[in-house]
Amino acid sequence: MIRDLLSQSVQMLLVLFLAPLFVGFVRKVKARLLRRQGPPLIQPYRDLLRLIRKEVVLADSASWLFRVIPYLVFAATWVAAALVPTFRTDLMFSWSADLIAIIALLGSARFFLALAGLDVGTSFGGIGSSREVMIASLAEPAMIMIVFTLALIAGSTQLSTVAEFMASPQVGLRVSLGLALVGLVMVAIAENGRIPIDNPATHLELTMVHEAMVLEYSGRHLALIELSAALKLILYVSLLACLFVPWGLEAAGATLTALGLGVAAYVGKLAAGGFLLALFETSIAKMRVFRVPEFLGVALMLGLLATLLRFVSGSF
Amino acid sequence: MTLTIALAGIAVLLALAALAVLLAGTPKAGRVVYGGCTIVTAISLFAAASHLLGAAPPASLTLPLGVPWLGSHFRLDALSAFFLVVVDLGALCASIFALGYGEHETAPQRVLPFYCAFLAGMSVVVLADDAFTFLTGWEFMSLTSWALVMAHHRVPDNVRAGYVYLIMASFGTLTLLLGFGLLAGPTGHYTFDAMRAAPPAASLGALALVLALIGAGSKAGIVPLHVWLPLAHPAAPSHVSALMSGVMTKVAVYGFIRIALELAGPPDWWWSIVILAAGGLTAVMGVLYALMQHDLKRLLAYHTVENIGIIFIGLGLALAFKAHDQLFAAALAFTAALFHVLNHSLFKSLLFFGAGAVLTATGERDMEHLGGLIHRMPQTAFMFLVGCAAISALPPLNGFASEWLTFQAILLSPQLPSWGLKILVPAVGGLLALSAALAAACFVKAYGVTFLGRPRTPAAANATETDRFSLGAMTVLATLCLVAGILPGLFIDALAPVNIALIGARMPAQIGAQWLSIVPIAASRSSYDGFLVFLFIAMSGGLAAIAIHRFASDRLRRAPAWDCGYPDPSPATQYSAMSFAQPIRRVFGTTVFRARETVVMPPPGDTRPARLTVELRDLIWDFIYAPLAAGIGLAADRLNRLQFLTIRQFLSFVFAALVILLLVLALWS
Repeated sequence: MIRDLLSQSVQMLLVLFLAPLFVGFVRKVKARLLRRQGPPLIQPYRDLLRLIRKEVVLADSASWLFRVIPYLVFAATWVAAALVPTFRTDLMFSWSADLIAIIALLGSARFFLALAGLDVGTSFGGIGSSREVMIASLAEPAMIMIVFTLALIAGSTQLSTVAEFMASPQVGLRVSLGLALVGLVMVAIAENGRIPIDNPATHLELTMVHEAMVLEYSGRHLALIELSAALKLILYVSLLACLFVPWGLEAAGATLTALGLGVAAYVGKLAAGGFLLALFETSIAKMRVFRVPEFLGVALMLGLLATLLRFVSGSF
Repeated sequence: MTLTIALAGIAVLLALAALAVLLAGTPKAGRVVYGGCTIVTAISLFAAASHLLGAAPPASLTLPLGVPWLGSHFRLDALSAFFLVVVDLGALCASIFALGYGEHETAPQRVLPFYCAFLAGMSVVVLADDAFTFLTGWEFMSLTSWALVMAHHRVPDNVRAGYVYLIMASFGTLTLLLGFGLLAGPTGHYTFDAMRAAPPAASLGALALVLALIGAGSKAGIVPLHVWLPLAHPAAPSHVSALMSGVMTKVAVYGFIRIALELAGPPDWWWSIVILAAGGLTAVMGVLYALMQHDLKRLLAYHTVENIGIIFIGLGLALAFKAHDQLFAAALAFTAALFHVLNHSLFKSLLFFGAGAVLTATGERDMEHLGGLIHRMPQTAFMFLVGCAAISALPPLNGFASEWLTFQAILLSPQLPSWGLKILVPAVGGLLALSAALAAACFVKAYGVTFLGRPRTPAAANATETDRFSLGAMTVLATLCLVAGILPGLFIDALAPVNIALIGARMPAQIGAQWLSIVPIAASRSSYDGFLVFLFIAMSGGLAAIAIHRFASDRLRRAPAWDCGYPDPSPATQYSAMSFAQPIRRVFGTTVFRARETVVMPPPGDTRPARLTVELRDLIWDFIYAPLAAGIGLAADRLNRLQFLTIRQFLSFVFAALVILLLVLALWS
């Protein structure tokens, strides 16, 4: 009991403390690929510290909701991130929310963030919110279809059970899994606002989505929002890792050394994921906002096709 | 006993309607009538809930009313008790809300009598146990609600709404009448007991089901029979809108369940295809229509269409599983549908009450004239936010719990052997996910444009908080939304008697599951714990707040909005409802609504303003209803000539008709 609780807490703190580092790592690799020096790895932590020490400049027309939303967004994202297996499956509370609920928790965070974009009553906030919900309205069904595929393969929507099943030899190579992988990567890129959907590095560009939504935030509120964005990124990488490269995930009752190995494997997977993300982002240009539906439509179709295959026959 | 209480409640409601006519015009009439309705519905709610929770056996009663040799049969079984709970809960909250809201009514004598009669009509429908009583109650409910829609009859839009509603309601009753005729069979047994005892042949049962889908579906708002709903629901006073959207559509769902799952006999597998397709289409079309609206109440009415689609998806799955004898899966799907019935009645009433409070405070339904109400009406804004989050299926609120159950039912359906369902169900799952995501987008728009931002008109800037009765009703509903979201197990267990009665199986008891979680099939397969999710969010949010207040700077300065350095003081520069929906309109609207945007940009030096015109077409109206109306008009014009014939021509027509009839009779045998 105590051990399980401890393990769950370690997982929660691990994602919380690794999230900024991961963002820093991706930035560093991107900079190196562009033959720049790049900021140090720990720059995101410094940014967060600097932000929480600064005063908050609150717009005159901001309401109480605007001040509550950063906490809500952070809480929902953190809970979701804590439920995705990182170094071990069978976490203590993994049964309290299955994969569908995790997606819905991220949906809650987005719902409130989009409201924050509208709260001050500026045109930039509005443009960000309206584009964010447009992207989400396609990314979420695509994600649900991918979840359907995985759930039908593993016979469960519990993420721990699915991850254990994926690590077992019975899973094999399947067409539907391949489709789901491609779809999930596309959804992850869109949900995190990475290139080619959105550019996390720019401000003051008319194509921006996430950054436009949070434009009015400052100080500690902005720190929470940035931390939530980092948590969401690491959540999706952990999700991809535990579903498609489940090796190194420790099951229940593993020894301390095995858990240590699990953490090492997780960090290794994060590094590989971060490198691939940076490589992908540097080799592609951002697309126009109204090309995004086509991109996500492909993800939705892949998910639907994979689910259909699973419905039609269990062997795909 | 419970049945007697419920029937006595109906009698008291009818007496209150008569009293309301007598009291019309006196200043205390509203308080007396709504207070009376509150007490009656509270007693009836308590009785129905205790019947359902106690899993009491069905009770029947025959009253010497109606057709002389038949009498009126009433029966309270688990299904009736559940729907009576939905009706009475909605009616109770609406009556409390109206204690405050009704004070602003300009023509109370046009609302009060019909309001009580409307409540009575809905209760009669769910308690009726023969076709005559059912249809009488149904028609009574339709006509009284029509009168309520026409309460403000000087508004031209309301007159049109009432006209379309009246036509669609009579059409719906007609198909139900034919359906009951088929179910009664050649012997003409109009009691439901007789129909249950002798189910019709499979083909007749299927026909009755289709007729019920059209009849009850048109009342519930199934696409393409929904056209009256977004016109009529917003036209009524807001507490009546809440009842029509939250409760009356559920009475229609009740009628459909009664016929489809009980009276029409054992289901065929293809029935579910029709229902699933209708449900999926309804869910997505409803929300897409809603996204294009900027009238707050009409937007809410279109969301009713969407949620009815979600309920019918659950019912279709239940029928599919039942037809293939997979009773546990059927119980899961049916529970999901019924739970969504309850949830939708809760949050839709809450949202309509919020819209009513906004309407009283500002006199506006158009979101483009609102904004910034969270500063002026903070409590209403908070309650409305709970409703928005619940209807957008966000955990840990109740909308998510029932949609999650529906998803779990969909994930069981690869076990179904028929190929049509194997292809259709994943597509319906996709449509359900799409409608949930679009609903969240729509409620960001509804809440953001109405309550957030800066006020767009002086009316919005000078709004005041609504009265305490309205707030009380909204608080009750918001609390129930949260309770049903974090303790769904209690509600699922309460639905077990309904499942046993209609499906023949029930979901596993949830009450013993650890930490109040819900486990539909097995713990290794799926579980969800709204209570823990709520606790975790509260804890991590609290933890973040403590950490921030301990370590971070707590300085705060108010300043003008930043807006990248170009803030504009005019509230017209904010995003409006139409501009918020523009990206989605561009993605979906070009095909679904043939949306066209034309931009008129005057040349430099010209002082005319630039203009953006958006043109949307309602294809369902244009391609189904408009040709139908034109055809009827044309036929009527042609037939009009028959009124101006000479007496000899009339006589020869009569003679010809007689000869033809005799010929037909002679040839028939």
